[in-house]
Order: sequence, then C-alpha cells, then structure tokens
Amino acid sequence: MRIALFITCLADALFPDVGKATVRLLERLGHEVDFPAAQTCCGQMHINTGYQPEALPLVRHFVETFEPYEAIVAPSGSCVGSVRHQHAMVARGQGDEELARRAEAVAERTYELSELLVDVLGVEDVGAYYPHRVTYHPTCHSLRMLRVGEKPLRLLRNVRGMTLLELPDADQCCGFGGTFALKNAETSTAMLADKMRNVLDTGAEALTAGDSSCLMHIGGGMSRLRSGTKTVHLAEILASTDAPAPDRASAAGAGVPAPGEQEITSSRRTPAATGGSPA
Amino acid sequence: MTRTDGTETGGAPAPLMSGQTAPTFLGVPAPRGVGHLRGSTTFPKAAHDALQNTQLRRNLGHATQVIRTKRANVVGELDDWEQLRLAGEAMKRSTMARLDEHLERLEREVTARGGVVHWARDANEANAIVTRLVQETGETEVVKVKSMATQEIGLNEALESAGITPYETDLAELIVQLGHDMPSHILVPAIHRNRAEIREIFLREMPDVDPELTAEPRRLAMAARAHLRKRFLRAKVAISGANFGVAETGTLLVVESEGNGRMCLTLPETLITVMGLEKVLPTWQDLEVFLQLLPRSSTGERMNPYTSAWTGVTPGDGPQRFHLVLLDNGRTATLSDEAGRDALHCIKCSACMNVCPVYERTGGHAYGSVYPGPIGAVLTPQLTGIKDNPTLPYASSLCGACFDVCPVRIDIPSLLVRLRSQKVEEARAHSRVPSAEAIAMAAASWAMTTPKRFAAAERASRLGRVLGRKTGRIGTLPPPLSGWTMSRDLPRPPAQTFREWWKSERGGK
Repeated sequence: MRIALFITCLADALFPDVGKATVRLLERLGHEVDFPAAQTCCGQMHINTGYQPEALPLVRHFVETFEPYEAIVAPSGSCVGSVRHQHAMVARGQGDEELARRAEAVAERTYELSELLVDVLGVEDVGAYYPHRVTYHPTCHSLRMLRVGEKPLRLLRNVRGMTLLELPDADQCCGFGGTFALKNAETSTAMLADKMRNVLDTGAEALTAGDSSCLMHIGGGMSRLRSGTKTVHLAEILASTDAPAPDRASAAGAGVPAPGEQEITSSRRTPAATGGSPA
Repeated sequence: MTRTDGTETGGAPAPLMSGQTAPTFLGVPAPRGVGHLRGSTTFPKAAHDALQNTQLRRNLGHATQVIRTKRANVVGELDDWEQLRLAGEAMKRSTMARLDEHLERLEREVTARGGVVHWARDANEANAIVTRLVQETGETEVVKVKSMATQEIGLNEALESAGITPYETDLAELIVQLGHDMPSHILVPAIHRNRAEIREIFLREMPDVDPELTAEPRRLAMAARAHLRKRFLRAKVAISGANFGVAETGTLLVVESEGNGRMCLTLPETLITVMGLEKVLPTWQDLEVFLQLLPRSSTGERMNPYTSAWTGVTPGDGPQRFHLVLLDNGRTATLSDEAGRDALHCIKCSACMNVCPVYERTGGHAYGSVYPGPIGAVLTPQLTGIKDNPTLPYASSLCGACFDVCPVRIDIPSLLVRLRSQKVEEARAHSRVPSAEAIAMAAASWAMTTPKRFAAAERASRLGRVLGRKTGRIGTLPPPLSGWTMSRDLPRPPAQTFREWWKSERGGK
C-alpha cells in the first residue's frame, strides 16, 4: 500500500527520529511511504488557541497536499484528531462548505499510526524487538478523540524482549494541552507532577506514547528532574528490531539508553498485570 | 423514543422551512455588580494561589477521586447508559428548540393550580421579586434549599441587605454560609473543607453548639441537625431552586440527599422557587431518563434519597402560597448561539468537575463563578458575555474527560474551542493594536502556508541549537516560553529536520 506520511510540524522540527522510525516500520512491513514535501502543519495550535481565520489557510493547505493520497498516516493522535474533528468545522465556520466536504473526505483517510497498523493494515505483531522496561501513556486525544482504545497496547504486547508496565491513572491528562502549558503553566505543571510520579512509580526505563507533544511535555519534566527515565515514541519501539542498527543515529531511535539514564533500582520494577511478556 | 404528545424526541430540531422566519433572540448578558458569575481576577492568577493551598489540594484530590469512583461503579451497572445519555441529549435539544412554548405552558399550568409565576430578566429583577415576596409575608427569616440559581444571583446578600436572614439548610451549604465562604463545587459546595475545619467553623459560628464537639462525621452531622431543626420548625417562608419543572402539569421537582429539602418544601406557609429557564421539561415521561441520569452522575447513587415534587397549591397540605420565579440572567443570550446553547442542557450533576484534572488541582474558587469546572468554563462566559470571563475557556487542557462523563453529552471541549475563538474575535474587534499572541499566530499561519517558508522557519529555529550545547537540553527561555521552562526542559533542536533528512536520503522523491 502507498502511504503518505504526515510527519507533523513538531516531529519534523524537533523529533525527526520519530519520522524516520515510522518510515522504517512501514517499509519493513512492505509498504511504500511517500513524504509529500509541500506539507506543513495541521493548524491545531491556531484552532485551539482561538485563531480560526488564521487556521483556515493551513486547513486548505493540508487538504490540497494530501487529497491525492488514499491513505495518510501521522505519528500523532492529537494532529489526526484535529484533522478528523476540527478541519471541516473550521472550514464551515469560515463559510467554506466546499473545503469542509473535501476536508471530511481527506480526514476519513487520515490515520494515527496504531489505527493504520491495526485497522487498515491488519497487523498487530510488527516483528519488533525492544529489550527494555516500558510503560505506556495513552494520551488524551488518542484515547478520547480518536478512541484508539487498546490498539497501541496490542501492538506493544507483541514486541519481543519488552516488559510492559502498567501506568497508574494512565487515562489522566499529562497537562500539556498545547498553549495551555504556557497560558496556565502552573496548573499544567501540577498535572505534570502527578503524571511523572505515576511514571516513575512503575520503575520503567522509558515512557512511550503515540504523541511527540505529550512525550515532549512529560519528558521535559523528567529531564528537568534528572529522573533517569526517558521518553520514546511508539513508532520508535515498533521500528526497533534485533538486527544490528545500520548507524549510530538510528541506534538511538532503537531505544538504547544514553549513559546515565539507567538509574532505576530493581526493587521498584514490578511487571504489570496487563502483560508485557515477550510474544 | 416518542413522547406522549406524539412528537419525536430524537435528533436535532427540524430546520426552518422556507417561509418561516428565523427566531429573534432578545437576550442580554447577566448584569455586572450582582451575583457570583465574575471573579476578581483571571483564572491563571486565581489558580496560582489555589495551587499553593496544600490543604485544598489534598481535600480535592481525595474527594474527587472518591466521587468519580462511585459514579463509575453505578454507571457501569447499566447496560443502556449510552442510550440514556443519547436520549438525554436529544430531549434537551428538542426542548431548547421550543423553550418559549414549554415555558408558557409551565406558566399556564402553575397558575391554573394556584401558583404565581414571575419572570425575572436578570439577577437584579429576581432578587427584587423574591425580597418583595418575603417582605409581603412580614417575615424576617427564610430557610433555603440548596440552589445554584440563588447562588448565581447573590440572593442571600440581597435578602440580608433588606434585613431578611436566609438560613442555608443543606449541610455543605450551611458550612459554606457559616464559614462566610463561597461554594467551590455545585454538588459538594464545601468540598474544599475537611472535618477539622468544619468542626472549627461550627464551634465558632453555631450558637448553643456543644463545646465538646469532635470532628467525627456523625457528631458534626448531629450538631448541624440540632441547629437546623429549630429553624425548620419556626420557618414561615422557604426558598428553593428546582432540578426540573414539568410543563404539562406545572410540577416542580427537587432531588436531594439529606431531607432538608423535604422539610423546607413542606413545612413553611410560603414557598418561593427560583428556577433557571433551561430547567423546564415538556412531560413527566422525560423524567424517566433524567431521574436515572442525574443521581448516578451526581452523587454516584442509583437513586437519590429524596425526590420532592409539588404542583401549585394543595389546600390543607404543604405551603399555601407558591411563587415560581423564572430566571433568565443571560440564558436567552446563551440560547442565541446555536452551538453554545448546548451548555444550557446541563443538569448540574457536577460529574465533569470530578473528572477534570484542572478542577481537581485548582478547586472551584479559581473559576470566580458559582459554576466552576469544565461546564462552568463554557457556561459562565456565555451568561456574562465573553468579555467579562475571557480566561475561563482557556482553563482546560482539552483532555476530553468531561464529555465522556456528561450525562447529556455536552461537547464541552468543542465549546471551549468555540469560545476561545469568540474571545479572540472579541479582542480583535475592540482593539486596533493586535496582541503579541495575535501577531505570533498570524506570523505562524503565514509561515506555515507554504513549505518554503516553513522550512525557512525551521532553519531559523535551529538557532536554538546554540542553547543547550553542553547538556543537550534547554532549561531557560524568555517569556512567554518561560512558562514552559519553569518546570520543563526543551530538547535541543536536531541538526537535521525530518524533511531535510528525507531530501538527502530519498532525493526529494
């Protein structure tokens, strides 16, 4: 299947390894990945901050860029959530009914990574190998906008060598919320504190999720505290195999912890009831 | 489902047929200077103080956790919960579409059964009507059933300034009143207080309280009961709100847990009920759905202990004078926004507060309104006009937990986004100088509309690589990004963006 990758502006600029991992994973599964070079941003930041007239050209640009493709994937539940639940609303609100209909048609073919893998490509075991202790944060928009449910966990449970630890209060927001993290920085931090406490309580080496934005938030907090737990995107875990990494850059993507990031005492490592045993 | 009058309740209201004229909405916002819909400061500033109140944080964290677990358990018992929610949503939507007709029916039926209906366009009118009605009885004290509408309009203050003493009889409202405090939750108004604080308030404020009073819940409840019993028995006038008003028979309903409502609604000679316009339901049959949705969502009970319903005046039984005050106070203005009006569907269960991660940490006072939490953040700015509450729609991370528990499926996250737009457009219309944020948003939109400009902007952001060279992380940034770095590092921008990698690897395929 020919799949267009919508990398998202955040991953493009700050987390290119997430994009590389998505490409590596899909190609390994035998699919052709295209990166429409005209793409920019879904406009969610504008929409959620109240700037819909400014978001309209971004919506139009997204629709025009991805309209030719039969399947579009983004390694972000939040950006796909915006495409699916906001683009047509913005177009309609700005009086462009034709664009709204086109946006709806494109949105129907736009998938978050776990949706594409499980629902469209029908695969739950992607042949990944990731010998680490990992906990999973479901992220609000994947959970409650896209309703991806157990799909990411089904993919993760099939990763060989990995111990999946259950995150307490997993469905609670990490406090990111886009510009919420700036406009209400203190409340956001209070939410982050509880999320970090839960992540650290699992004793995991790494926290994974389907959104670079939430990972940037939780990871930014854990980095500030030198907590010894890192973040790794779902795509990076699923792209990892037991084959030797071709170069050092992708080895980092395969989750080899950097020195000084393995400071978890063994007494706190408790495997969760949700599984996590190698397939 | 089909109502008894044969009209369908499912789906959205029928679109206007050609030849029909669009409805005219004459609503005005709730007035300033009266009632409790406006805080003295912005949400972020109020939250700053609340977040440092360690007692508040512990009380709220514990209480919201307990209630949401209870709710989840009783909701989980019902196989048809989602159908009930859909029915509740559809019934509210169809009722709002013909609100005028239902209210006029309610007025006719209440009047026919011996009640008197008063229409109050805002808080000032409602307070004046209620004050006059109490004065006409010659009484100088009233007992009150817990009511959000009367808190919204500041009725207690209005009565006090007219020399009338209102006694709150709901235990938590009593704690709030004796503590010279404001409610911080619509169901559990004293959720921010713990047992030790309540004991202290009772010892300080209750005449004749046992000086040996302990903080044991049972002892506290007994003290409140003894205090309230005297007031119930001598009260000649009661004031209540209403959970529902049934138009077809002119019946009002209050659901409660403590029995104080039943006392107030039956013992006094005069009963005055203040009801928001949106509380009307067309038929008794509608209650089948709402009396299942409300208690499970609200207290996490299958059924609330007391449901009181009264219809006009019954000779020789209960209050012999009954007044219904129908309150607008910004509701018609809210109704004029065809999406925003969904906020009026709220049945004040408070489930959204108990799951909201923002509310759980800041508490209700930070919202500056008697309606806090997610529903407050969409209802309050519509009642007052967005200009008076511009920061409330931003008091959310848009996590969506509120929609999932809302018994009438109000899409609160979408309404928050809609109100944020209204706030921005309002600011645009009233200021010739755009804000720094507006300039940044316009610039970002310009840069992100073509890939060339976007790539250039990404290259510019790589200047950030001068930061965090040693550690690989960025720990301090200037405002407004300092909000981020106050508690979070930012990764150092990579040497190569994804699109540059793709171009170099795949040659721009």
